[in-house]
Amino acid sequence: MEAHVVSNLIVAALVFGAAGLAVAIRRNRLWSEALRELARRRPIALAVVALFVVVALLESVRWRSEPEGPEAGDTVSRFEARSVVDRMFPHDFREKSYSAPLAEVEFYGGAPLAHPRSHLLGTDILGRDVLHQTLKGARVALLVGGLTSLIVIPLALFFGVTAGYFGRRIDDAFFLVSSTLMAIPGLLLLIAIIMALGRGPVQVCVALGITSWVGFARVARGESLKIRELDYVQAARALGVSEPRIIVRHVIPNLMHLVIITFVLLFSGLVLSEATLSWLGIGIDGSWGQMIDQARDELSRDPIVWWNLVAASSALFSLVLAVNLVGDAARDVLDPRTMKEHR
Amino acid sequence: MLAYLVRRLAGGAVTIVGVLLFLFVLFFLVATPEDVARKAVGEKAPPEVLEQWIAAHGYDKPRFWNPDDPADTMLAEHFRRMLTFDFGSSDADDVPISKRLREGAGPSLALSVPLFVLGLLIGIPLALLVAFFRETYIDRVGLVISVLLMSVSALLYIIGGQYVLGKLLRWFPISGFDPSPEVLPRFLALPLLVGLVAGLGGGIRFDRTVFVEETSKDYVRTARAKGAGEARIMLRHVLRNGLIPILTNVVLQIPFLFTGSILLESFFGIPGLGSITVDAIQANDFATLRTMVFIGSLLFVLGQILTDVSYTLADPRVRLE
Repeated sequence: MEAHVVSNLIVAALVFGAAGLAVAIRRNRLWSEALRELARRRPIALAVVALFVVVALLESVRWRSEPEGPEAGDTVSRFEARSVVDRMFPHDFREKSYSAPLAEVEFYGGAPLAHPRSHLLGTDILGRDVLHQTLKGARVALLVGGLTSLIVIPLALFFGVTAGYFGRRIDDAFFLVSSTLMAIPGLLLLIAIIMALGRGPVQVCVALGITSWVGFARVARGESLKIRELDYVQAARALGVSEPRIIVRHVIPNLMHLVIITFVLLFSGLVLSEATLSWLGIGIDGSWGQMIDQARDELSRDPIVWWNLVAASSALFSLVLAVNLVGDAARDVLDPRTMKEHR
Repeated sequence: MLAYLVRRLAGGAVTIVGVLLFLFVLFFLVATPEDVARKAVGEKAPPEVLEQWIAAHGYDKPRFWNPDDPADTMLAEHFRRMLTFDFGSSDADDVPISKRLREGAGPSLALSVPLFVLGLLIGIPLALLVAFFRETYIDRVGLVISVLLMSVSALLYIIGGQYVLGKLLRWFPISGFDPSPEVLPRFLALPLLVGLVAGLGGGIRFDRTVFVEETSKDYVRTARAKGAGEARIMLRHVLRNGLIPILTNVVLQIPFLFTGSILLESFFGIPGLGSITVDAIQANDFATLRTMVFIGSLLFVLGQILTDVSYTLADPRVRLE
């Protein structure tokens, strides 16, 4: 299957999943109240997160259409599948090199531009529109943060709960694997995995997944150890309820607040890690980290090219900040006891 | 005590074996020596050159099982080399890795030790101050500032610091390193400042939570009932008790002093172990990467054992079991 079809299917699955989740939340009083309280406490941060999600989804829906643009233009790109975000910009929205925001002439040399006064955030060294690049970066950021967490959390929950609930041998094996992974310094582990697997978006997500599941799995293990001994779980066991059913009905629902909090905190950490990896040259193409990395050389030019750096880093900053604020509020809303933070 | 120590050491040894097995899977099974050789000699190199490279680096043994000599396999060789600290030579340029490590440890420590000490001396008092004003505007502003500090990518701190303080204001050299004691502080000042600011947000948030949690404990109420002032409570009671979890967290970071800060070192041109790692990534130098991961984990495991032991010494409530 072609890449853009897979991407569309994932978007459809995510939208359906979100709709199902929304229905489930509406039916459950605890969760709908928590959500309302969250919206009351952090309206702006939630709106910012929602905006990024919408942009990322729009960037992920792609389809091919009749070749566009002038015949003489880049022949390959005329036949590429283009996303909704791409379609919001004119097809040949490129210059030859740097152009300052809303400038009329090229930044160096002063040759006339193909699209004077229309690049809101200027263009980069290859003449690509910076606003367009920044919007496209939202998809990469949500892919790294969101998709990785969606893979990591169920796995961590599974291993953590199994180890905590059944104990003995399973717990020993879990302890061995998790302490091995925790003993390797995080960034070094990431680098080692990406170097061994090869560079690329999926590899980066897998590496981030392997490095980040352990922390949450350990929390889930500890909690399910406690829950296992609670009276109602003992009662269920005495009544002859099967073990898998006890786990699904009694243990996992009691871990859900931890899942939400972990998801939010994991997300911003993952996005920032990707920026670091981009700097090391093993990140994902088109990410904000990569834009920031490219901007390093631009600052040493004279007069300096600042718009590229400013655009990418403010996008990165506002997403991570909004997610961090939502995460803090979610913790207060969902967990009455102050949970111990992990640095 | 002795039995406890022995058991902790044995646990550490098991972890190290786990790390070595993990590295073997990554660097000999997932990325095979043939892949590494391909990258080193080039795509178009004839097969003989490839074979020669593999043989020269000792990667031509059977992986797990050698019927002639069970000890002569790549797995055994991998364990033997790492555990005897005989790391061999780099995959990229044949320089002995241990020589590189010796050269890099000094510059790494020169940056990370002051960074570590200053971070503690600045972070803990600030966190205590914020916790002193808990539930007031100062606390809220402090928290917002630390979340803001945490949300900025480390890259931006480095680029911003180099640009504003180095290029525009010309207070510090933009990058570079010189081990002679007169000029060293000049080169270290900017990376130190950047590292401190980048780490402050998360540090304050963690330490504040610990202190605030302490303030809701019974002994604080007792102290208050006796008529102790709020400042005295904070400095004499909360600080002392809060330091135990904070120091645990701190001791765990000591091993990372050696491996250094990868980003800071390579951005500021400090020839430490972090820079070596970055060079190894760029050169596809898997032998060096392997060694760095192993050393990082070894130091971490040792640090952890040290923490547990010192914890039992510092906190009489912890029993040795």
